[in-house]
Amino acid sequence: MDITALADGLYGIPLLGIVFQIVGFLVDVIPSNAPNIMNQSTPLALAALCGVLCERSGVVNIGIEGTMLAAAFTAWVVGVAVNPMFGSPAPGPIFGLTIPLVISLVAAVLVAVLISTLHAWLSISLRADQIISGTIINIAAFGVTGYLDQLISKSSPAGAGSFAAFTPPTELTNLPVIGWLIAMFLNQGPIAMSTIVIIIGGQIWLFRSRWGLRTRAVGEHPRAAETVGIDVIRLRYRNVMLGGVFAGLGGAWLSIEATNSFQIGMTTGRGFIALAAMIMGRWTPIGAFGSALLFALFLQISQLIKIAPPAGDLGTVMSSVPAQLWDALPYLLTIVILAGVVGRSIPPAADGQPYEREAAA
Amino acid sequence: MTDPAEPIVAPALEMRGITKRYPGVVANDAITLEVHPGEIHALLGENGAGKTTLMNVLYGLATPDEGEVLLNGTPVKIAGPADAIARGISMVHQHFMLVPVLTVAENILLGEETMANRFFLDRNEAHRRIIELGRRFGFEIDPEAKVGSLSVGWQQRVEIFKALYRNAKILVLDEPTAVLTPQETEEIFAVLRRLAAEGHSIVFISHKLYEVLEIADRITVIRRGRVVGERKPAETNEDDLAELMVGREVQLVVDRGVSHPAAPVLHVQGLTASDDRGQLTVRGVDFDVRAGEIFGIAGVAGNGQDELVEAIIGLRKPAAGSVTLDGKDVTGHSPRQLNEAQVAYVPADRHRFGLILPFSIADNLVLTSYYRSPYARGLLRDREAIDRDAKTSVQRFDIRTPSPNAKASTLSGGNQQKAVVAREFDRELKLLILDQPTRGLDVGSIEFIHRQVIAKRDAGTAVLLVSAELDEVLELSDRIGVMYGGKIVAIVDGPTADKNEVGLLMATGGERDMTTETHVMGQTA
Repeated sequence: MDITALADGLYGIPLLGIVFQIVGFLVDVIPSNAPNIMNQSTPLALAALCGVLCERSGVVNIGIEGTMLAAAFTAWVVGVAVNPMFGSPAPGPIFGLTIPLVISLVAAVLVAVLISTLHAWLSISLRADQIISGTIINIAAFGVTGYLDQLISKSSPAGAGSFAAFTPPTELTNLPVIGWLIAMFLNQGPIAMSTIVIIIGGQIWLFRSRWGLRTRAVGEHPRAAETVGIDVIRLRYRNVMLGGVFAGLGGAWLSIEATNSFQIGMTTGRGFIALAAMIMGRWTPIGAFGSALLFALFLQISQLIKIAPPAGDLGTVMSSVPAQLWDALPYLLTIVILAGVVGRSIPPAADGQPYEREAAA
Repeated sequence: MTDPAEPIVAPALEMRGITKRYPGVVANDAITLEVHPGEIHALLGENGAGKTTLMNVLYGLATPDEGEVLLNGTPVKIAGPADAIARGISMVHQHFMLVPVLTVAENILLGEETMANRFFLDRNEAHRRIIELGRRFGFEIDPEAKVGSLSVGWQQRVEIFKALYRNAKILVLDEPTAVLTPQETEEIFAVLRRLAAEGHSIVFISHKLYEVLEIADRITVIRRGRVVGERKPAETNEDDLAELMVGREVQLVVDRGVSHPAAPVLHVQGLTASDDRGQLTVRGVDFDVRAGEIFGIAGVAGNGQDELVEAIIGLRKPAAGSVTLDGKDVTGHSPRQLNEAQVAYVPADRHRFGLILPFSIADNLVLTSYYRSPYARGLLRDREAIDRDAKTSVQRFDIRTPSPNAKASTLSGGNQQKAVVAREFDRELKLLILDQPTRGLDVGSIEFIHRQVIAKRDAGTAVLLVSAELDEVLELSDRIGVMYGGKIVAIVDGPTADKNEVGLLMATGGERDMTTETHVMGQTA
């Protein structure tokens, strides 16, 4: 049977043809762009995991955006400061690893944990409104990093350096059918590559470990958890602070893995998109990762359409749509998801509720 | 089984001279309690008598100012729930401390996890132990079932399992039967007797007199923080216990007299409504309530009663069917329209719907009439009229408060409910809708409210009474509709109704199928 004839025929039917062309376009672009999509999903997946950790224990954290931004700035600024001290070493053989880069990464994570601890203190100990606490963090991070960036940029500093992507052997990436998947997961920088491990670990942690079980219980019914002797406050602190580690990694990815620079507001809403990914993934690490990949796919497509629109009718339609609209696609998707169109997703029952101990002795 | 003539073994639990003061109140005043191994010891008292404080002391949630706790004769200091559990004390709370979205096994394990190593749970071993424990007590339980999908009776069993899994020797049950049907209560009692026979000590907290008489080996009555008596079931009766508990003679069952029903006032036909999640929970309900009669609706919580009442009173849009008041179609009318048509409504949750807690009592008393004369003149409220009438209401309905201008949140539960009753009852009514009117109240307040309801009935008001307390429905109703799975499955005559028969209808809807019902969800309160 002549498949080309069949395909041409399908192209001819108006609506079906468009769908067919879209599928064809996706099948065409996804494998070749898989490493990029995976890479773009990294900060979303890490931030969404931070969200899962916080919200599963009952703390809403919308300050992830600001936490990431502060981490991104810290990574870059520490890199800029430390790099000359070590004589600006040449990039290492794997991942372009240098001591200054490692120091930058650690600093970024520390700052993110510090900010998360602030959020934990405000919302858990002081029982402040968690949305307001998160908002404060976002505004403060934007303002402070922006101001400091302007001060530092005046002296036009040398770069901080950045991690490089690992290049898997071509024998592997050229394998039929699965080659592109290998490239997707291995042709990555250190943060992106470890994200996969972190996500899988997170999933196992949440559903198989004692800490995970307690987290789920505390986020649903903290009083029940306390009556069986679980320290609700301490668990929430631990979760929010550990979440900070992942937000920090996500932030560092922006400034020392994806780029070698810092721009004001460079998170561009990723912390919020991550929360949408978390909701769409039903508060599970793997689900959130899947959603993050979907968002990244949309990001990638919006780029591709501008650079290399597909041939045929679909291309004509796509390129006639203003480019800004394609840029808005991931954000529109966020709104659609948050509006609850994609299935109903039930948050942990005690999400966002401060906990007060039963009786003060 | 514990004859004081042979005190060979030290009591499993002894609380000696426990005093606990909170600012302004002495919650426990030199309370002494002894529980022997294998004994079921009932702790009887009204709300606010100090039962909960005493148990918080035992569970390490409160530190007593005076007195000591002894376990097997040794004085101990209990630092907190974890410590209490480690010492073999477990508590089954009145509001279940279960996480609905977790499985039975996860709920049982929580806090006392069976571990495969330092980090991971050992599910297989946990399942094996749970099933083995179930066999010992004669029921099979699926460790993988989600707790939220279990019936209330099974959830109760999971609570008891939690205690047994921790090898508890002393089991405290706080009002364990409050939400159970009579059959489920019997089943739980059987479990408790079995536990006692195995040597466990059980503290059974309740205010249901007949239950205490049925299950306990010994009864300690407390009132206003003090022990006022200790009885054995054989030496006492309900009236004696009630008097001890309240401090005066109480009429436990209000004399309902004879009703004189007239023409139907409320006519509900084919009413259908969904809950907040869009599930159809009221599936075609028909009934009439006549002037001068009390129509009771009995049913296990969560069988559509809440949605039914809300659909009638205009808080929920019915999907189908009609509500007629005195021959006039009022389907979908707003609560205010119904209020003005002489319909009164006492909602189930007085904290969320009955009162505005941060408002004064006086303001709460005019919530349904603040906008019209005499409480408002044009756009302004008439404070004087409001205060004057508030004073009268506070007196007439015996609302105990220092001032009508005190916040509603400062009142005890019984007095809060009296305030709601004062607002809703104090005018001429065609129809009175009561949803759980005495939930969580002490016998004194229950008596008062029941009297008011009977008085309204005798004045010719049609009364619709919804209650999860089967006894309340039986005591007051002239006719009883049993609600099950969103339908009224049977209507029986009130005065001649058989408790077990109604209980069975509640549990099964008339079909002899005792499998767990998924519509009885353990929703978060």
